Amino acid sequence: MDATLSGTQADSLVAARKPTGRVSDPVFVGLLWGCGIFVLILLGLIIAMLFEGGLPALREFGISFLWSTTWNPVTERFGAGVMVFGTLFSAVIAVVIALPLSFGIAFFLTEIAPGPLRRPIGVAIQLLAAVPSIIYGMWGFFVIVPLMAAYVQPPLIEWLGPLPLIGALFQGPPLGAGMLTAGLIMAIMILPFITAMFVEVLESVPPMIKESAYGVGATTYEVYRNVSVPYGRTAMVGAVMLGLGRALGETMAVTFVIGNATRMSASLFAPGATIASTIANEFPEASTGSLKLQALLQLGFILFVISFIVLALSRMLVRTKG
Amino acid sequence: MASLARRRATDYAAKAISTGFAALSLVFLAWILWTLLARGLPALGPHVFTQITAPPGAGGGLLNAIVGSLIQIGVALAIGTPVGLLCGTFLAENGRGTHIGNCVRFVNDVLLSAPSILIGLFVYQLLVVPFGGFSGWAGAMALAIIVIPVVVRTTEDMLNLVPIGLREAAFALGAPQWKVVTFITWRAARAGIVTGILLAVARAAGETAPLLFTSLGNNGWSISLNAPMASLPIAIYQYAASPFEDWVALAWAGALIITVGVLTLNILSRLVLAKMK
Repeated sequence: MDATLSGTQADSLVAARKPTGRVSDPVFVGLLWGCGIFVLILLGLIIAMLFEGGLPALREFGISFLWSTTWNPVTERFGAGVMVFGTLFSAVIAVVIALPLSFGIAFFLTEIAPGPLRRPIGVAIQLLAAVPSIIYGMWGFFVIVPLMAAYVQPPLIEWLGPLPLIGALFQGPPLGAGMLTAGLIMAIMILPFITAMFVEVLESVPPMIKESAYGVGATTYEVYRNVSVPYGRTAMVGAVMLGLGRALGETMAVTFVIGNATRMSASLFAPGATIASTIANEFPEASTGSLKLQALLQLGFILFVISFIVLALSRMLVRTKG
Repeated sequence: MASLARRRATDYAAKAISTGFAALSLVFLAWILWTLLARGLPALGPHVFTQITAPPGAGGGLLNAIVGSLIQIGVALAIGTPVGLLCGTFLAENGRGTHIGNCVRFVNDVLLSAPSILIGLFVYQLLVVPFGGFSGWAGAMALAIIVIPVVVRTTEDMLNLVPIGLREAAFALGAPQWKVVTFITWRAARAGIVTGILLAVARAAGETAPLLFTSLGNNGWSISLNAPMASLPIAIYQYAASPFEDWVALAWAGALIITVGVLTLNILSRLVLAKMK
């Protein structure tokens, strides 16, 4: 019977047995690929549109736009220097505050906390990351800024201000708002991200290595410091950079508490501005097609480049665990 | 090597400090929640949910902002969920171990942590400038771009938890890939995928910066997606910084509503995820 079946008949039999796959499957797989590629295109479009939108400002002011500290809407002279400085300065303050805290909390969550408490406490700390940025802004503005102005900054200015070298960091009027307050609020915001990744890295340390350290008589803290942390160091550096990346782009919270002054100052208490806060603040006064709007878009492009580099580095480090 | 007593003391101190740090972070959470309750609850009343924005001193509520937020989040989900779902499926099923898959995963990670204000600027350039005005559509689009990477990430994670044997069994029966994915893997990972969507809603609901340049906000009744549209975060932003006491009170009420909503969604989704893993 087989001999009587011609080639085309056999083909159509095979085709008849999988009627669903022939047309629909390529369409479905194409859809999957399409959505995958779409994400790539999306990022490319974001970069292209920010760059293109800000290009006229770059043409007008040249490459010195990057470090020029003039920001004068009246004379239409714009430079990114103050904002780039403010973005980096406030983000570094945030990381400097958040790092030791995350370090300790990760130690607490992985080694100290009793079993049944670990998850609830871990989740509660994670909830800090879920609170919307604008809420941090309001809380910072109405609660933390007055506290800083009344109780924290005056004694610091009195005690540390007159010191040589570091004194410059602690000078100026106690306004409450400023770089330190912004850094502090951002530290609370990025703390859960860094802690969560620390915990994940620390839990991936092989128990055998830790047990051998305990076996030679090391204390819990010594095992943490000399075994677990060095084992996961690369990924932990990546986690810190991820926190830094988040702090760099933080907008609403910072806009509320940084004071929004387009001046540069080395003092922790001086009001300042970040790229993100400047865009949020000054966008409403920038009309379509104006030089100011182009300058803001160019600022956005610079912020994108900075955070892209930081995030890319952090991803690379986190991937190569150990 | 230091003496045993000193090492013990160091160990004890490190444990005490770490415990203190953990307690401190819980204090911050409690402090934020307490502030919200103490200032938001007195301002909360039926008028917040039933009246629209009014001039200072004339009462008024947040109805238009709440409805605007719901509409924009709804549209953002309608756009972002299918794209994110398919892209996450692509990563888990087709892109595993390939260069293009790694590339898409990396780019998605970047989008996930990219400053959201830049997404607002991007949509401003893409939709607001060419179409001549701020609109609910632009706001929804910006939120969709916030939603997509969250859904992609959780979908991929959840599909990776589905045992490979389940897929193999379906393929062995001669099922095409679309059937395997829709009837087998998606179904097996359903709870996790829904959780991812809830997380995306929680994220999008609190976003303020991307809406500043896209849907702008609106002090009137605004349910047309073609016009500027009110939203809760933008209303909070405007009212909190205003000099009028009743507006600031409304901002706290809004802040309380949004935080309770977002935290509830988060806790719910974490409970489901914990059960799955």
